[in-house]
Amino acid sequence: MPATTLSRYADLPALVGLLTGNKKHQAAATTTLDVLWVLYDRVLDISPATATDPARDRFLLSRGHDPAAYYAVLAAKGFIDTAALRSWGEFDSPLGRRPDRTLVPGVEISGGSPGHGLGLGVGTALGLRAQGHGAARVVVLLGDTELDEGSSHEAITAAARLGLSALTAVVIDSRSSPLGRSGKIPDRFAREDWATRSAPGRDHDALHQALTAPHESRPLAVTVRTAARHPR
Amino acid sequence: MTTLTTEAGTIQRMRETFVHTLDRAMNDDPRLALVLAATALGPFARTALTHPNRVVNVGIREQLMITTAAGLALTGLRPVVHAPALVERAFGQLKTDLTHQDAGAVLVSTGASHDTPEQGRTRMAPGDIALLDTLPGWTVHVPGHADEVPRLLAPALTGGDRVYLRLSTRGNAAARPVGQGLVVVRSGSRRAAGTVIAVGPMLDRVLAATRELDVTVAYLATVRPFDRTGLSRIVARAGHADVMIVEPYLRGTSAHEIAEALNGRRHRQLGLGTLRHTEIRGYGAPDDHDRAHGLDTAGLARHARDFFLD
Repeated sequence: MPATTLSRYADLPALVGLLTGNKKHQAAATTTLDVLWVLYDRVLDISPATATDPARDRFLLSRGHDPAAYYAVLAAKGFIDTAALRSWGEFDSPLGRRPDRTLVPGVEISGGSPGHGLGLGVGTALGLRAQGHGAARVVVLLGDTELDEGSSHEAITAAARLGLSALTAVVIDSRSSPLGRSGKIPDRFAREDWATRSAPGRDHDALHQALTAPHESRPLAVTVRTAARHPR
Repeated sequence: MTTLTTEAGTIQRMRETFVHTLDRAMNDDPRLALVLAATALGPFARTALTHPNRVVNVGIREQLMITTAAGLALTGLRPVVHAPALVERAFGQLKTDLTHQDAGAVLVSTGASHDTPEQGRTRMAPGDIALLDTLPGWTVHVPGHADEVPRLLAPALTGGDRVYLRLSTRGNAAARPVGQGLVVVRSGSRRAAGTVIAVGPMLDRVLAATRELDVTVAYLATVRPFDRTGLSRIVARAGHADVMIVEPYLRGTSAHEIAEALNGRRHRQLGLGTLRHTEIRGYGAPDDHDRAHGLDTAGLARHARDFFLD
């Protein structure tokens, strides 16, 4: 794919704008924009050239219900043709309101249904380890509401027992869970033997540090604090 | 192999055959992985010791069991998932994590519709194939003899598609050809009253129940994709386009397939299987439940006479 001219962090709002057009700009698009940029720009070893390398790092967008920021970052990094952004949500578009891995190069999972991504990350990390690619990272981005799903609980309670130190859960805490308790997300992972860290959602250096500083040989959960969508 | 015969069939060691076949295959094929949820750990103990990175026991986390298999497949492995009643328990994961991700896997269940009725309803899964039938692209095998299991499993292990293998402790005295759709076991005359399809473990009792009728009896161990071409050809040779199918799971599960196969000709069909309108709240033995569902030899003979002779 040819190098795009819109490839910088400063270009992301314009790319999101191509997606959303005149439609209402949705807050969720930008709550994830910074952490997605840090992941693709500074953390993960993935590029269009290595998109099918069996040993590549994996990014799994579990919180796929508003993927505008994700598509924008993929476009900036050359996975998606910028022109495709304008067709978002149309019948023939590869870009839907929930991503489809079979339609978009670089999209690892078809996400959006809550509670599926972390388990897919567990399986992916197991599969990479079994094939000698244990050094590849598997980063799953979740929303705090997904943690209410029993399937998320199954994955949280199994990952450390399975020794999946290559697995990282990035939890966007927008305090959206109706029965959730703010601030309890790190406790929940720590109790199941994950390493835990937190970072503010707009601070690139803090996000980078949280995602890359060495941690013990166990899975890592990074809670990203964002503006509350439904403050309590 | 010791064989025990009950009123309604021959005891099958399908799971033992599956374990043996998969254990050997995992030694030869580094793509294969096995996902378990706290069952069958004993039978696979040696496999797990030999291949610790490719045998995963997730505990009784049955959603994660399916999702883990999907994740393994996304990295290029060929996962096999083995558990009782695994279609019903985590159906959302079958839809979203395997089918929608276009990830392949081989699912192998035990318990069938009512292999262990003394355990009660929660161990009965008569709706598994009807449920799976709502998802596209699944191959479904229902063997009727333990020796058919390796023949169905071998291509599934080397492939990359989505396969469901439904094991049972019940079945027929002899293995039949599998992997090629409908197999005619007994041919009716040119004026035959119709065709009977016996799925997997139902064959021997269907043969006994229709002994005195002029019908063609065909055996079917792979029910999806359904052999529509084969059925059309068999029906064309019979005197009447009347088809009775006997499935060891929910009655009428394959009715739509038969309708599609025969939509170019006037036909009648009767689907037999476990009852849809009621839950049998009994324990006992599998034969007791076969009788309750009308799937014993006498029940099938009664249905067949009513359908073909009236």
